[in-house]
Amino acid sequence: MNARTLPLVATVLIFIVAYALCYLQFPAILSTRVVGNLLTDNAFLGIVAVGMTFVIISGGIDLSVGSVIAFSGVFIAVLLRDTGLGPWPIFALLLIITTLFGAAMGATIHFLQMPPFIVTLAGMFLARGMAYVLSIDSVPISDDTISALQRIYWLLPGKGRLTLVGGLMLIVVLVGIVVAHRTRFGTNIYALGGGAQTARLMGVPVARTTIQVYALSGFLAGLSGIVFAIYTSAGYSLATVGVELDAIAAVVIGGTLLTGGSGFVAGTLIGVLIMGLIQTYITFDGSLSSWWTKIAIGMLLLGFIVLQKALVWAGGRRAEAASGKG
Amino acid sequence: MLDPTPGRVPLLRAAAVSKSFPGTKALDGVDFTLRAGEVHALLGENGAGKSTLVKCLTGAYRRDGGEIQLDGVSIDPRDTLDAQRLGIGTVYQEVNLLTNLTVAENLFLGHQPTWLGLVSTRRMNRQARALTAQYGLDIDVTRSLGSYSVAIQQIVAIARAVRLSGKVLILDEPTASLDAHEVDVLFDAISGLKERGLGIVFISHFLDQVFRITDRITVLRNGKLVGTEDTVSLDRLRLVNMMLGRELAEETRRTGKSGMRYDAEPRLRFSGFGRRGRIAPFDLAIQRGEVVGMAGLLGSGRTETAEVLFGVYPHDSGTAAKEGRALSLGSTRAAVAAGFGFLPEDRKTDGIIGELSIRENIALALQARIGWARPLSAKRQRAMADDFIRRLDIRTSDAEKPVGQLSGGNQQKVMLARWLATNPEFLILDEPTRGIDVGAHAEIIRLIEELCEGGMSLLVISSELEELVVYSHRVIVVRDRAHVAELVGEDITTTRIVNAIAGTPDSAEAAA
Repeated sequence: MNARTLPLVATVLIFIVAYALCYLQFPAILSTRVVGNLLTDNAFLGIVAVGMTFVIISGGIDLSVGSVIAFSGVFIAVLLRDTGLGPWPIFALLLIITTLFGAAMGATIHFLQMPPFIVTLAGMFLARGMAYVLSIDSVPISDDTISALQRIYWLLPGKGRLTLVGGLMLIVVLVGIVVAHRTRFGTNIYALGGGAQTARLMGVPVARTTIQVYALSGFLAGLSGIVFAIYTSAGYSLATVGVELDAIAAVVIGGTLLTGGSGFVAGTLIGVLIMGLIQTYITFDGSLSSWWTKIAIGMLLLGFIVLQKALVWAGGRRAEAASGKG
Repeated sequence: MLDPTPGRVPLLRAAAVSKSFPGTKALDGVDFTLRAGEVHALLGENGAGKSTLVKCLTGAYRRDGGEIQLDGVSIDPRDTLDAQRLGIGTVYQEVNLLTNLTVAENLFLGHQPTWLGLVSTRRMNRQARALTAQYGLDIDVTRSLGSYSVAIQQIVAIARAVRLSGKVLILDEPTASLDAHEVDVLFDAISGLKERGLGIVFISHFLDQVFRITDRITVLRNGKLVGTEDTVSLDRLRLVNMMLGRELAEETRRTGKSGMRYDAEPRLRFSGFGRRGRIAPFDLAIQRGEVVGMAGLLGSGRTETAEVLFGVYPHDSGTAAKEGRALSLGSTRAAVAAGFGFLPEDRKTDGIIGELSIRENIALALQARIGWARPLSAKRQRAMADDFIRRLDIRTSDAEKPVGQLSGGNQQKVMLARWLATNPEFLILDEPTRGIDVGAHAEIIRLIEELCEGGMSLLVISSELEELVVYSHRVIVVRDRAHVAELVGEDITTTRIVNAIAGTPDSAEAAA
């Protein structure tokens, strides 16, 4: 078994087994309607988790994304209410702001040699604060274009609906896979996570790659904010608290090493779906508290971290065996 | 600067290259030439300046003075990437590649073949297979580099360096972690590159390998050029003398130290002690109040012996006995409990805790020995620290000063005080006089003699042969990770030590 793909295989297996168990109890869970809802409900999380995957593969972390999503919602809602701008220019403006915000965090991390944890923690407070500045209250969105976007869907066989936001998430995942594995930028991100010092010696543009990876995460957080605004029809500065942690959990459950250098965007999608599946099961059951979602995710996370440690340990032993023959 | 023989312009020429660091002159007007199609060894002990020279050639350091020419054109590489673009590639002992990427990605990182902006993985893998095949490797280039042995990683690193630079290849200790067969594979690759006309700089402390693969040898010592010779015209003895800087004629006799009284039962006896891959099994017996010196070249197994004795790397063969009773060793804890102390060579990384005060550093080992459940009172620590500051003449304003702020010699004394506080029966000192000034040097030698008069047994590793001759009752010589000779009493002379290091019989001494 290839140690690199083992966490991904484990994730896929867990997803299939979990889905099969749910199916045995509630056969309806396999219907395209449930699948469609699963994608729609988790679209914003999936999009932001793709950005988080790149950040974690590069050896960093981005704690600001939950706040950026909340800021995006409030930004869209307030601008639609108070200015004459239509949704499209607002979306464009928002994506520029969040991308620059991410790039600024990346630049701080690289040029000031600061730990990503601290820099993005500061970014988290900053973005949340900016959302409060725009509005303390929940601002409803009543815009025709956004209502129209909300209603767009493709009908799946079995009357399931793949909504626009669900489809957007799948597109983001596909593009993410291509970027990760088929571009020099993608390889540079893996190189950075494998060892920044070595990567620099091998000619990887470390500064540019670091800034780009946080800019990408900022861009996807903004996009996720747009999706969340369309999904909820409101902007609220207290929304999506802790979503950055959900995203990190999805990435880790998806088989990406927290230490960086190894992981798959496709795994992150599965990670998001596993988390959504647990939530769906609890909804189906009806009697369980929704806190069971957190408990199940906590146990899964713990299991995956132990698995990763075991793999790293086994890899180290093998390397020692290979080199220690003399 | 025209070469008199046309067509023989050296590939790489360094003339009068100098480099200083605060307090030391690491390179002092060194000349070095590398021809196309030769393997050229760069040799010297620690601190000789070979790594500084390499770093000047590869742009890791900017030289202070002198000139470097590549193909007759003056160059001044800004950094290693710049040097690589010019044609100078380097491969280090610790492979500087990314083990999480595939072999192909490592070979082509930053230069991947692309199609419409996307990396053409299939083309990259095909080219990578063709490239590795040139070096005699038949491996799956789509697997991660980390899944292969260090030898293969090394060859992949060479393949990448040659592909990107293509004129000069610098190999810094490439064989340090390879076994004999892997060395063969690597040397085949090097021979192939030599035929292609590359100039190869080979740095190694394995003299056998140097004689086997190189055409010429340049020796540095204390930042100065000792000489450049054709390998065939040199023998081991002359090479070792060049490296250690001893002339056969000048010889230090031991100075009036009375012979050791050898009891039937020594204080410590190690039988067949060793660890695979570090030091071959050896026998060693040490008397009360005896100083055993240990000599050998860098990487010969001196430090490895000390580390195996102290349990840094637990022994995997042999037994130990203390005053006739079996002693169970195998960890540093067990060694400390048995009354051992070890002052490592690199005190910065291996021993001193710079942020802690002198008092805390000194109390550390004693506290570990008596157990954490019974803390030493601050008053007792204080008294102990003051006592050692006075006895060892540690130059400091007071005992609460962080050790990191002291000079090298004084840090060494604090380390020594730490072990002396535990009142060890057996103390191992690895290069106790390296990197400290002349005054402190003499004090440490005086201290060694004082300690052994007090009944302590010492094992002292040193590159300073005169120093070993002065204080040792016996000298053990190590070569190629094995103990090869033991000199006692009148036999302890620098010449005999050098002969043993070089592995030549004493005939050379007679000639001198």
